[in-house]
Amino acid sequence: MVTELLMEILISFFLLAGVGFIFVAALGLLRMPDLPIRLHATTKAGALGGGLLMIAVGLESFGDVAVAAKAAAIIVFLVLTGPVAAHLIGRAGYFVGVPMWSGTIKDELKGRYDHKTHTLMSPPGLSRTRDEQSD
Amino acid sequence: MLEFSIFIAYTVLGVSLVLIFFRLVLGPSLPDRVVALEMLATLTVGFIAVYTLSSGVTAFLDVAMVLALTAFLAAVGFARLIAKGGSQDGD
Repeated sequence: MVTELLMEILISFFLLAGVGFIFVAALGLLRMPDLPIRLHATTKAGALGGGLLMIAVGLESFGDVAVAAKAAAIIVFLVLTGPVAAHLIGRAGYFVGVPMWSGTIKDELKGRYDHKTHTLMSPPGLSRTRDEQSD
Repeated sequence: MLEFSIFIAYTVLGVSLVLIFFRLVLGPSLPDRVVALEMLATLTVGFIAVYTLSSGVTAFLDVAMVLALTAFLAAVGFARLIAKGGSQDGD
């Protein structure tokens, strides 16, 4: 009786926390001014929200271990694939030249990308150590 | 109490869906729309989680698993299209 009530409270907590993080991610996606900042909002908060919701499903799990295992697998997939996809999209957006927010203070990649070959030049301070490594 | 939480969860997810849809329509560039699409896939996974909790039908969890992987593949494909292909080069 008491454990059932505790489980219900715990599941409700994870449910509402996950939904709250997904809402924050969606709000950031709409309100943030710039592609990298939007990626920053959706990738982290979205994956965390989905993971918390799947924790809620795994806690309930309906007396079936397979359900909890599936929930764990979904968490692993979300956490593994999210950052890679965000990195790829942000990189592609930078190549195409998506305009940055007007309040951007520093763009360390400016002038360091070769837009033909898509390779990255090393910063000036690091070039000597790189030459030494190649010798 | 769980029923009330599930009601709130459905409501907030619906509002989030509207917000993401606005970004999908407004998005000034293609990468912004791709970000919105990826967020939409995560939101669908969340919807499936809440539906599983509310109905007790666990069959849709497989769909959520495949959806998480397919969204990643779609993001990789879109990133390749943006970086190397498309019409911004004029050819």
